[in-house]
Order: sequence, then C-alpha cells, then structure tokens
Amino acid sequence: MNPLQTLRVAIRALLRNKLRSFLTTLGIIIGVSAVIAMVAIGEGAKAQVEASFASMGSNLLVVLPGSTTAGGQRGGFGSMPTLTWDDLHAIRTDVPTVRYAAAQLLSEDQNWNTSVYGTTTEYFQIRNWPTASGSPMTDSDVDAGAKVVFLGATVVEKLFGANADPVGQVIRIKNIPFEVRGVLVKKGQSPTGQDYDDAAIVPLKAFQTKIQGGLSQFIGGVIYVSAYSTDQTAKAEQQITNLLRDRHHIGPGSDDDFSIRNLTELASAQQQGTETLTTLLASIAAVSLLVGGIGIMNIMLVSVTERTREIGIRMAVGASPGNILAQFLVEALTLAIAGGVVGIALGVLTAERLASQFGWPMLIRPDIVVVAVGFSAIVGVVFGLYPARKASRLDPIDALRFE
Amino acid sequence: MSASPGPKLPLLVLRDVTKVYRMGDVEVHALRGVSLDVSEGEFVAIMGASGSGKSTLMNIIGCLDRPTSGTHVLAGEDVSQLDRTALARTRNRMLGFVFQSFNLLSRTSALENVELPLLYAGVPTRERHERAKAALALVGLGDRLGHHPNQMSGGQQQRVAIARALVTQPKVLLADEPTGNLDSVTSDDVMAILQRLSRTGITIVLVTHEADVALYAERVVVMKDGRVQSDRAQVPRRPAEAVPAAAGGAS
Repeated sequence: MNPLQTLRVAIRALLRNKLRSFLTTLGIIIGVSAVIAMVAIGEGAKAQVEASFASMGSNLLVVLPGSTTAGGQRGGFGSMPTLTWDDLHAIRTDVPTVRYAAAQLLSEDQNWNTSVYGTTTEYFQIRNWPTASGSPMTDSDVDAGAKVVFLGATVVEKLFGANADPVGQVIRIKNIPFEVRGVLVKKGQSPTGQDYDDAAIVPLKAFQTKIQGGLSQFIGGVIYVSAYSTDQTAKAEQQITNLLRDRHHIGPGSDDDFSIRNLTELASAQQQGTETLTTLLASIAAVSLLVGGIGIMNIMLVSVTERTREIGIRMAVGASPGNILAQFLVEALTLAIAGGVVGIALGVLTAERLASQFGWPMLIRPDIVVVAVGFSAIVGVVFGLYPARKASRLDPIDALRFE
Repeated sequence: MSASPGPKLPLLVLRDVTKVYRMGDVEVHALRGVSLDVSEGEFVAIMGASGSGKSTLMNIIGCLDRPTSGTHVLAGEDVSQLDRTALARTRNRMLGFVFQSFNLLSRTSALENVELPLLYAGVPTRERHERAKAALALVGLGDRLGHHPNQMSGGQQQRVAIARALVTQPKVLLADEPTGNLDSVTSDDVMAILQRLSRTGITIVLVTHEADVALYAERVVVMKDGRVQSDRAQVPRRPAEAVPAAAGGAS
C-alpha cells in the first residue's frame, strides 16, 4: 500500500466520526494557535522595546557630571558640574572605542516647557537623528555660533500646527530670534515615556553665548558618547571611567565624581525581560499542545479497540503489521497536522487582533510557525505510536473473533 | 461427472503439526500431530465437533497462526516459521478467506470491500477496480457494486466475501463455516458457487460441522481430539435443483 492510499484510508476513517475527529483536533488547534499568538505578542513587545531604545541612539553611553552617591547622599546628575570641555576632548581623542562624543547643554529656564539643547554636529550621529526637512547642522554653524535652530516634531506641532513646514521661519528663544534651519525626524517616546520630539536644538556656541552663559571650563550638561559597536559599549564605559578618574585625580577607593549610563546594557536587560516573558507564555501554550496530544492518544486508543474487527479483516486479507501501524499512525498524524494548520490560521488571526489592540507591530515569526507545525506533527507521531503499535500487534484470529 | 482428474501436485502439505495453547498453567493440545496433503484443485471439507481442532487447523492452513511443531508447506514454501509480516504477505498472495460472519468492512461499498486485498497487494487503482468488478460479476453481484453491507442480505454479503477471497486469484480458498449464518436456500446458493469455483481449478478447504454442507466436497477429513480421525473421498452432491442460479447457468 503506498503512502497516498494509506492517507486516503486514514482520512476516510476520520471522516466517519467527524465530530469526534474535530473535537480531538481542537486540542491541537488551541495549542498551536496559543503558541503562535503568545510568541507573536512577545515578539511585538520586544520590537517595541527595541524601537524605543534604538530611538535613543546607537551604542549610546551618557556621561553625567556629579557623583550619584556622595557620602550616602544621592546628588542628582548636574548637581555639581564636574565635566570639563577638556574631558570631552579627551574622550573624543583618547578612547579608542569611542566613535563620537558631543556635549548636550540643557537650558534650565523653568518657564520654557520645551527643552533647548546646545550641541555639536556629532550629537545627531550619536542620537541617530537625521533631519526630515531643511538642512542638518554644519560645523560652520557651530563654529560661527549661528543663530539657527533645529526643531523636534512635537515643537513644530505646538508652534506651527500639524503638517506645517517651519523651515526659514524665525522663533524666539529667551527673546533672541533663531532661524529654523531644519526639522528633525520623529523619534517617539523614550522607554520611560519622555517625548524625544519635544526638543529644540541650537549650535553649541550660540547656546553658550545667547542662552546660557558662564561656566567657561565646565560643561553645563551631559556628554553623549557613541561607541563603535554594541559589543564595545561596556569596554568604552570602562575606558571612559578610567580616563575621567585619571583626569580628575580620583584615588583608588574614592567615589567617581561623574556617572555613566550604558543604555545598551539597559536595553539588553529589558530585552531579556521580554524574552523571558515570551518563553514563559510559549511554554504555557506548549503545555496545552501536549494536552492536545494526549487527547489524540486517547481517541486513537478508543478507535483501535472499536475497530479491532476491522483490523482483523485487514490482516486476514493481507495487511502486514507494518500496514496497520502505518494506517493508525497516519490517522493520528493527520489529526495533529490538520490541527496544526487550523491552529496557525487561528493563531495569526489572534495575534493580529491583539497587535492592533495594543498598537504593537504584528510579528509572526516564520520559524515559530514551522516549529509549531513540526511540534504538532511530533505530537501526532509520539501519541499515535502507542495506539498504532497496539493495533499492529493484535492477533488476527482474536481480532476477527472480537465482538 | 466433473470431479478433478487424478491427483496433482500436493499444494498443501502438513506433517506432524501440533499446536499447544497455554492458558494460565494449563496446556491445551489443540492439534496432536496432524499430517495432511491437499492437491491442487481439490475441494476438501474438514469436519469435526467443536473442540476437535478443526478451527485451529484452519487457522494454521490459513497462515493466521503458526504450528507449535511440525511443518506446513504451501506451494513449495515452508511457511511454518515465517514472521508476521511474511505470513501476511503469504495470506495476501496465496489465500482467500470466507468467514461465517462474512467479515466485510461496514460502511464500505461492496466494490471497495473486494478491492481491499488488492490494495495491500499494491495493485494500481484502475486494475484494482477492473478486477474487483469482475470478481463481483462472477458471484452474481455485478449490479451491486456500490451497496454497503447493511444494504445487502446475508447471502449477498457472503457472495461479496467470496468475491473478495477470489479477487487475488489465490491458490487456496478457505471457507470457515461459510453457511453458518445463512438459511438453507441461501446456503445451497453459496455452496453452488463454491462448487463451481472448484471446477475452475481453485483449491478449496471448507471447515464445517454440518454434514449437509460437507456433502458438496470431494473429500472429507474428520477431526477428533486434535487428530485426523478419517479421510475419505466422496462423490460431491449436486446443488439443489430449486436454487436460483447465482451467476447464470453453471455448466
């Protein structure tokens, strides 16, 4: 008997008990669709986290002035300006793993509800933040202290309304007119919910001279650093720490007078969190697949007993134990794979609905689909094997006599 | 007279065949040394009371069971110690079965029931259909191909079973109480078909406890207590005149 005929016989046998076959398959359907939907949800959450970290910048380290803990008392960053322009220069030139470094000065004007930053051209590289319209900041803007400003999408919306193009217009910052030179690409929210696009960026020199004077040698803000690659962020963090401790003459055992935030590490920690969640959800779903498999085994055992006489007849006319084994195995496998296929459809639909509900990207991983179907086929074989073996080992004489 | 002409090659050879069943601590000797030769084309009836060992003998001849000792040679091949798969192949190629309770697959058409042995023989679909149709026509059911067993009378079901046994063109047709579930008129009908088949050269081994039925055979082997009690040739009975011809007038 060739495989196709075996399949046909199996399908006919299953169609004889349509309701029973459907209910048996339901276990697998639920299992497979749950696995797919759960993994899709996990992947969606992961993509969400990834996107929010990616929008912060690539391979990002932020160096903050002031120690985070001093004598048991926590001083917020910026509580004491300890970073100098020479430090920035040293980071840029002396640390081999550092690709870009730029100061970000923050206007401390409390009346102004948009953050105004002063910085240099590298900043846009570090933050991975190109201009959407207009032109990007140039080195000559920085050197000349040009009174130009680059606006985030939220600021544009607040000042000019949605879809407006403010390039060339003039806005006033601390009563000083700045020409809008470019609008930055929309970045969205930070992992903590802060709106990145609520920002106006001016060249460093203009910021220092027009918006916030003083502090000459110290940086009134933070340093953004971009390492060459994600793997190198930890190394860069170490190298910068060593450099700054050396430059600030901090002896062994004393606390740093600065702190470094490694956002890549933070991101990977978050990602691990969502991955753990995905694994957890998927394994719960996998358990239901297992339960579905037990359902198949149960029904196949009933079926073998019910059809003992049929097995006897088939054996009498020449079915070998192998033929009988194949027949029942293929029946179990057909149930499992049919369940798998319907389960995929259901899982994808569920994932789609959930994704649109949470506003996440819909991410069906093709490998998970393959794994889910493969797994349900394995379930079919594993749980079909015992009943099929039982059928194939029946004694034809006893089977024929079975009432 | 239409008796087969003289002895032919021994198709079936049993030598000192014993069969011992173990039921708990008790050993049951179903066969205690049976030797039997059946030539090609013979129509042999095996008779005996229940417990005489005739069913056990039938199972061994039918390759459904293996002897505990002794040899069983079928068409020149020793089949006494074959494994289950090889026995299945032997049944498929050499033997056809007709049972007392018909043993057709329910909810399956007559045609598909008859095709079943060919399915396991690996016969291609088209040829399978043709051969199954021809076999059903031979037993007078050419117009009932699509009927299911529950739509047919006992006699018709048994004829489907005979068609199924014949479709592989077996060396031996084994009939185990083929008339046990049939009324006397239908019994005659079925026995007439078997007799007609015998005349075409097929070897038939019939197991029965009814003397009436055994009369249709050319040779009667009587079993008692697991041994052959008697083995004699006879002039077979002609089918009753009143039987409606099953498949057109047999010559």
